[in-house]
Amino acid sequence: MSTTVSPIALPAAAAAVTPGYWSQVLRRLLRDPVSVLCLVVLAAIVCGAVFAPWLAPGDPTVGSVIKRLKPVGTPGHLLGTDELGRDMLTRLLYGGRVSLLMGTVPVALALLIGGALGMVAGFAGGRVNAVIMRATDVLFAFPSVLLAVAIAGALGAGVGNTLLALTIVLIPPILRVAESATTQVRALDFIEAARATGADDFTILRVHVFSNVIGPVFVYATSLLSVAIIMAAGLSFIGLGAKPPTPEWGLMLNTLRNALYSQPLLAALPGVLIFAVSLCFNLLADGLRSAMEVR
Amino acid sequence: MFAYFLKRLAFVLPIALAVSALCFSLVYLAPGDPLSAVLPSDASQETIEQVKADYGLDRPIPVQYVIWLGKALQGDLGKSISNGRAVAAEIGNAIGNSLMLAVLAASLGFTLGALLGIVAGYAHGSWLDRLLSTVAIAGVSVPHYWLGIVLVAVFSVKLNMLPAMGNGPGGPWVWSWEHFSYLILPAVTLSAIPAGIVMRSVRALVADTLKSEFVTGLVAKGMGHATVFRHLARNIAPTALAVVGVQLGYLMAGSILVETVFAWPGTGLLLNNAIQQRDIPLLQGTILVLAMFFVLLNLIVDMLQPLFDPRIRRS
Repeated sequence: MSTTVSPIALPAAAAAVTPGYWSQVLRRLLRDPVSVLCLVVLAAIVCGAVFAPWLAPGDPTVGSVIKRLKPVGTPGHLLGTDELGRDMLTRLLYGGRVSLLMGTVPVALALLIGGALGMVAGFAGGRVNAVIMRATDVLFAFPSVLLAVAIAGALGAGVGNTLLALTIVLIPPILRVAESATTQVRALDFIEAARATGADDFTILRVHVFSNVIGPVFVYATSLLSVAIIMAAGLSFIGLGAKPPTPEWGLMLNTLRNALYSQPLLAALPGVLIFAVSLCFNLLADGLRSAMEVR
Repeated sequence: MFAYFLKRLAFVLPIALAVSALCFSLVYLAPGDPLSAVLPSDASQETIEQVKADYGLDRPIPVQYVIWLGKALQGDLGKSISNGRAVAAEIGNAIGNSLMLAVLAASLGFTLGALLGIVAGYAHGSWLDRLLSTVAIAGVSVPHYWLGIVLVAVFSVKLNMLPAMGNGPGGPWVWSWEHFSYLILPAVTLSAIPAGIVMRSVRALVADTLKSEFVTGLVAKGMGHATVFRHLARNIAPTALAVVGVQLGYLMAGSILVETVFAWPGTGLLLNNAIQQRDIPLLQGTILVLAMFFVLLNLIVDMLQPLFDPRIRRS
């Protein structure tokens, strides 16, 4: 494919995607104490989820009838036990696997699909643009939570159905950002120059448009991670998403609601992790935005 | 002006139709055949035939959609599978409760967000600004269903000050302290997100407007803080109100999680019941009404904006 790239087109692309730029962004990000703190917290939670089998003191699905709802700080059960006598620390560690997956995978998929469709719509313009953008308007006419509940509710509970529902909900906003960024880039002189050197549409899209659009679209997508985490756990909380006995933070929050009166601290525990992850993603997205806008 | 209204209306009608088509297709999204999705499993042969004829389920899908839409426009959204009652009546009973909660939460969120946003905007770049902005980020990052649980743990379980569940005795429109006390926790919970969003936009608006030339002009003319603020408020009010107007729609839809926490008998609880019972007609009807409410609300906000903001009128 690279044979179609003209000598003039190549350096233009190389300047935009050079590792120098991204390592500069990373350096700026690491100078911001808030972003570093968020990265550390997120890394700890992700590691906890990934290495749960080695870190967890017990089995996430095996409980004990005589050890139900032990308070936080019980010897042997550092964070207590849940309504079926299962170790909370174990379930919180394992719970991160499904919760983080359900929150991040839809954003990644929506970035891929929405980003591609948005670039095509912005670059093609005319009728193609109209069709894609009017379809997006329809999805935009739904409040995001409602659309997610509608799709997941009709499909039924299950992690796969939730992933699908959240991906569909997240595509329109990403698509709009990608489309408007592409429309702006398309009108610039260097696109004209690339065309004059004989680059075809696909090459221009892949090399020149992509490298200029991916930055803002990526930053925008990271700002959706927080919402996606809250929505994913929220769907499990209302009985969509993960099914018992799967350890998942939103589902744990729901099944522990009856314990709210006897063990309020225990019952609120899974939500602390959802909040921490969502807050860190939000602050990190802000940090990333300012780190990338400096240039 | 009139042309602007017409243009908005022409834009909204196809959207509303497409939204209804999407809601219609939910029945087909559900696993199994659509008949089993809209009928209880113990329905008699007679009922099955009746529903088949009513909805034209033996006819092509576009025809089915037109029949369904016609019925929906006449206020017939089918029957709930779990209790056999008309879906439209169920929604009619619930929507007042949700609206009351959403309006209170939006007012609360707007007041809090606007106050904090003005302070942060005036103090742009200072430690106070950074502190308030962090609080606002926390407000939009908090899983509101969890915030509700925490508030119940503190104010109902520990302090025993406020009721944790339901909407209290009497109908939804009884005004007494006892009745009102049931509203407080769900409304405060629901207001966290609009407060954060309004705060962030008001902060940006105030900071930007303070830098504009007309403010410099006012100050140069020797006007006091109060007069300058009056001009400032007139400039940012339309945008801030539009933000909170759209938020009202998000609150109506997003309250499903908060209504579940507080067992608040609104549309969110209906949706929750529909999910638990796999009651597709109830799910479909409630989603349709809430989505149409959102479309209509956006239209109203768009139509009202030029009345308050002459800049839109001229553009």
